[in-house]
Amino acid sequence: MLSYFLRRLILVLPVAFGVSIICFLLVQIAPGDPLTAIMPVDATAEEQAAMRAAYGLDKPLPVQYAIWIGNLVQGDMGRSIATGRPVAGEVFGAVQNSLVLAISASLIAFPIGVFLGFLAGYFRDTLLDRAVTAISITGVSVPNYWLGIVLVIIFSVQLGWLPSMGAGPGGSQEWEWNWLHIRHLVLPAITLAVVPIGIVARTVRALSGDILTMDFVQALYAKGMSRFDVLCHVARNAAATALSVMGLQLGYLLGGSILIETVFNWPGSGFLLSNAIFQRDLPLLQGTILVLALFFVAMNLIVDVAQAAIDPRIKRN
Amino acid sequence: MAIAETIDAAPAQRSGYWAGVASRLRRDPVTMICLAVLALLILSAIFAPFLGLQDPYKGSMIARLKPIGTPGHPLGTDEQGRDMLARLIYGGRLTLFIGLMPVVLAFFVGSILGIVAGYAGGMVNTVIMRTVDVFFAFPSVLLAIAISGALGAGIVNSLVSLTIVFIPPLTRVAEAVTSGVRSLDYIDAARASGASALTVIRVHVIGNVLSPIFVYATSLTSVCMILAAGLSFLGIGVRPPEPEWGLMLNTLRSAIYVNPWLSALPGLMIFITSLCLNLVSDGVRSAMNVHD
Repeated sequence: MLSYFLRRLILVLPVAFGVSIICFLLVQIAPGDPLTAIMPVDATAEEQAAMRAAYGLDKPLPVQYAIWIGNLVQGDMGRSIATGRPVAGEVFGAVQNSLVLAISASLIAFPIGVFLGFLAGYFRDTLLDRAVTAISITGVSVPNYWLGIVLVIIFSVQLGWLPSMGAGPGGSQEWEWNWLHIRHLVLPAITLAVVPIGIVARTVRALSGDILTMDFVQALYAKGMSRFDVLCHVARNAAATALSVMGLQLGYLLGGSILIETVFNWPGSGFLLSNAIFQRDLPLLQGTILVLALFFVAMNLIVDVAQAAIDPRIKRN
Repeated sequence: MAIAETIDAAPAQRSGYWAGVASRLRRDPVTMICLAVLALLILSAIFAPFLGLQDPYKGSMIARLKPIGTPGHPLGTDEQGRDMLARLIYGGRLTLFIGLMPVVLAFFVGSILGIVAGYAGGMVNTVIMRTVDVFFAFPSVLLAIAISGALGAGIVNSLVSLTIVFIPPLTRVAEAVTSGVRSLDYIDAARASGASALTVIRVHVIGNVLSPIFVYATSLTSVCMILAAGLSFLGIGVRPPEPEWGLMLNTLRSAIYVNPWLSALPGLMIFITSLCLNLVSDGVRSAMNVHD
């Protein structure tokens, strides 16, 4: 097991390196001078040159990359151009808020998705199966930022049951675990849960349907095992694949919640990212994307290792 | 499995296979209805200037945010008093173009990269596929937003960023299918007969790998639609005052307390389109007997 983990870890390193290069290049493909946002309009050529030198922008690209990476491994992701605060602090605060949202959405989506998918797989080609298939296609087709707006229209504007903005009373940007804040979590979490419900239901339906037609299921019934015990065997067979899909979905939820965070003014990484984009705050943009992508890479690693731990067939290949 | 079935069916009786696909599609009411809806959306977008609609750019200070069903404005007016019906139909032009074009572009680039990687193997394969792996480290939404955010708003920038997002998955599928085909005996036979790599690819590989790649590409169109409109919704896609569904959804958001259902209309268009794209893709997939 440990050797499998180490092998996977070694494979992750070049990917992480590639991710860092893409994040570094993001700033380079951006049109215009990254310093225009903070330079006074009437800055002289010398002042501009001094500023470039201060930010290390006068050096060749590979050197800039080396400096950037060197600072990065020490936890220094540079300073936000707009606020002057360290990027690392801003990003980690926001990622925590995004995690609260992503984990809540998974807690809604995964049980519902597994339940629906299993029902459809077990009662294959019945009306129930078709209903679940319709739900999952709708789930993956709906633009969730629009669904968020529709939920706000229904539950905030028309019924007035739930708040629509921010993470706490008065559009607060600080998350706390109490009822007043959880009320703000309900709508964005449900909105974010819809796509993974569709994907998980679809996966589990295909999985359980396939496994139920396998010979070993017939054999278990034939030796007189109860229906429930047989289903436990089926569940164990499906677990590795189902869990890996869910793990990846959690990663997608964290990195993909930017649109939902914008709709609900949720103070997470997506919200930070859109601020960074509009203020052309490139270090902040770069840092946020790097952290989210590395989180996704780590999630992939965890999923692979967990899958191998559950399913011994994977390690052998 | 998918590959083997397609290979069995396609070369043996080419016309028979495609006729079979078409007749299976015709007997599938859901797919036919969705195809009709998509055709209607695309045709009305193309021929929008001939439909006798109002000017989608001309606003009116006194006719702002009129509700659905207002005389003269069947779907109401937006926050600048522009006719919603005209803007929704004209909006299909940019939305559908930016929503579908990246998949088409990525289909070509990804197929070429994947076929080259899968056929050449070795070092070429390693370089292409490990680069692709790096892009898989980004959730697609994040990658699209990152590139568009860095490049700035604009139609071309949106096309570029979305194409980059969809090249890696298509390359991966093309590579998998191609390396599957490459190990078959008739490829060895063709190579042994002295055919050049280009000839083998052109004559023996492409015909057998394109349909699985194509089916996979159709399954990406709905995601691409949602992402493209999402970029405009965030303000890093199409620029105002162009009519585009995502952008309209964004600007009408401020009106949800005045005229809630009106502001949901552009999103409904995105939803209908992406639902039809998904259902058509599923229909085509089962008509072509491709299972994953």
